[in-house]
Amino acid sequence: MVQLDHLEKNFGAELAVNDVSLAVKEGEFVTLLGPSGCGKTTTLRCIAGLERPDGGEIRIDDDTVAAPKRGIYLNPEDRNIGMVFQSYAVWPHMTVFDNVAYGLRVRRASTDVIKERTTKALELVGLPHLADRYATKLSGGQRQRVALARAIVYEPRVILFDEPLSNLDAKLREQMRVELVRLQKEVGITSIYVTHDQSEALVMSDRVVVMNNGVIQQIGDPQTIYAHPANTFVANFIGVANLMQGVLLGRSGGLCDIEIALGEGRAPLRLQAAGGDGAKNGDKITLSLRPEDIDIKFEKPSSGANMFEGEVTETVYLGNVLECRVKVGRYEIGIQVDHYEQIAPRQKVFLSFQPEHGLCLTQ
Amino acid sequence: MENSNASSAYVEVQGLVKLFGNDRAVDDVSFGVPKGKFLTLLGPSGCGKTTTLMSIAGLHEIDAGSIHVGGVVYTAPAEGLFLAPEKRDIGMVFQSYAIWPHMTVAQNVAYPLEIRKIARDEIDARVTDVLKLVGLGKMADKLATQLSGGQQQRAALARAVVSRPRLLLFDEPLSNLDLKLREQMRLELKRIQNEVGITSIYVTHDQAEALVMSDEIIVMSKGRIQQRGGPREIYGHPVNAYVSDFIGAANLLKGRVLSVTAPGRGDVEIATGLRKAQFSCKLGDGMAAGAETVISVRPENVEATRMNGDGPSLEGEVIQAIFLGNCIDCRVRWGEFEWKVMAHPRSGFKAGEKVYLRLDPEHTLAVQP
Repeated sequence: MVQLDHLEKNFGAELAVNDVSLAVKEGEFVTLLGPSGCGKTTTLRCIAGLERPDGGEIRIDDDTVAAPKRGIYLNPEDRNIGMVFQSYAVWPHMTVFDNVAYGLRVRRASTDVIKERTTKALELVGLPHLADRYATKLSGGQRQRVALARAIVYEPRVILFDEPLSNLDAKLREQMRVELVRLQKEVGITSIYVTHDQSEALVMSDRVVVMNNGVIQQIGDPQTIYAHPANTFVANFIGVANLMQGVLLGRSGGLCDIEIALGEGRAPLRLQAAGGDGAKNGDKITLSLRPEDIDIKFEKPSSGANMFEGEVTETVYLGNVLECRVKVGRYEIGIQVDHYEQIAPRQKVFLSFQPEHGLCLTQ
Repeated sequence: MENSNASSAYVEVQGLVKLFGNDRAVDDVSFGVPKGKFLTLLGPSGCGKTTTLMSIAGLHEIDAGSIHVGGVVYTAPAEGLFLAPEKRDIGMVFQSYAIWPHMTVAQNVAYPLEIRKIARDEIDARVTDVLKLVGLGKMADKLATQLSGGQQQRAALARAVVSRPRLLLFDEPLSNLDLKLREQMRLELKRIQNEVGITSIYVTHDQAEALVMSDEIIVMSKGRIQQRGGPREIYGHPVNAYVSDFIGAANLLKGRVLSVTAPGRGDVEIATGLRKAQFSCKLGDGMAAGAETVISVRPENVEATRMNGDGPSLEGEVIQAIFLGNCIDCRVRWGEFEWKVMAHPRSGFKAGEKVYLRLDPEHTLAVQP
């Protein structure tokens, strides 16, 4: 278990980590996700003990490892944490066994303990048969496993990952995402993972912590983060979102009635959508629509609820899907259409969405 | 589709053969490119795409066949004809940017015009225009070393088009760029090619790149053309299992054609382990009753539901469901076969669930094995 209470870290006048609170449960895989400079890596480094926080507390299981106001600060090596970095830092001149055993030897563990723990770690990551192989003879995926074995050989309470896959090529990266999570679940070790890659976060995590400007924007499981983003930053950062500015007119049947001004001499849209928590009538809202939730018709449908007209400006054929940009007043809406549809620029189309699939954001 | 050897073609490659020792690197390849069009040679490494491109550029002498561009013979070994590369009037863009580090961007781009002894005023005007076209209008006086990878590739493109050559050849020009930049540069490069209207041949092993950019694609394997067609035709109607598998993800199952029910349509049977199924689909060329075939279905064309409805369906179990945001990438076990299925994110499929798979006859193809 890892608990952060009101964690703060300043670099000069800048608040790199601003009042971050988070509880990571036993065996859980939690990802800190955000653009560079959002505070995710600094948070991870505070947990590791590589940075001293300026405020708040960090607890691992029952031990307080950092609490500046109480003068508590444990050195990294006393925190019982494993780390896996971007560069695997697997030594080429050593065998797999020696790579994994290295840290234990430095700590002067007995030969018996080294053998027992190293063997166990290699078994956990599925590499016992390669113990005597030199690291240069390993595939990218196998090196990743060695790096993980080296992190778990101390039997740490938690493993911290700092963008470990970002040096791999696209195919191997996609394969390793699934692989790494499978390993983590098998080993059952609590894991905190830092990445700027939203698809990595969605694929791997039990829960995702989205950060921006040092502040947590939202914490939730991948489906929740994607389907119910808390604000426009999250909606935009995770996947593709079409965002339109509007005003809340009222509510009916649990849905928001909204108006969206289109400019360019077009009548404003009157639409219904979900969300809008905490907004009062007349408040500004932002409507968020995912491309895959927008339906497209080429003839004007007879019933026109949540329907609006637009003109196709661009199509990109990607094989499995046809991406279209549709101009609707002052907005360009991105949609995804089945790959076999025939759509050309300047074509008039009619877009619609189910009210519960549109989300009114209030921040 | 137009005849690939039609005399309307601007670039005409006929019966091209190139040997490396006993290896037929290019084995009887013929195609034409209409003026102003963008053709991509696509295939894995060793398929002969780059050798074909280098033969057009004149960097390889060929062993048989001929290459004509705009009515000019580039090479025809049977007649003893070979036009030197520098006389072919070709602009090239390579994977390595090949921009001179000691020159400014403008000097780099002006170079092909200077060796042609064009007047200074015209050189300046054309360099200014072309830098604007590629989005480097403000970088003219920067040294090439001060540019990012993407900007260097724009400069290389500007240098290739500034002399308005007959033909542009691209050899995997985007493969050194990172993914985001690569995706952006695809559209950009296509836009620029459209604007300058210069006939282009583009070599890549990246199928997504080929689909997004090309007017036409030639899929190659082992020195031969497997299929030629527009992006939609190649993706939607692959002629064989090789093309289907190489272009995008596909479910490929061995089967047999039971009967032909209408021109280009029929019933097929597939079997795996103890499971068997029959369904209607489109038939590719040569798929007669009794023929051995491979069924090709794209993951986005398999419909998965929790409730069984009307009509034939395959009952399977979800063994993996990866949430990707805009879709769920599912593996569904049916007998010994694992179906790849792209499901809507709102379906919420999870590993362990029982599902029913349905194939749309319009998007299920029986192709050559």
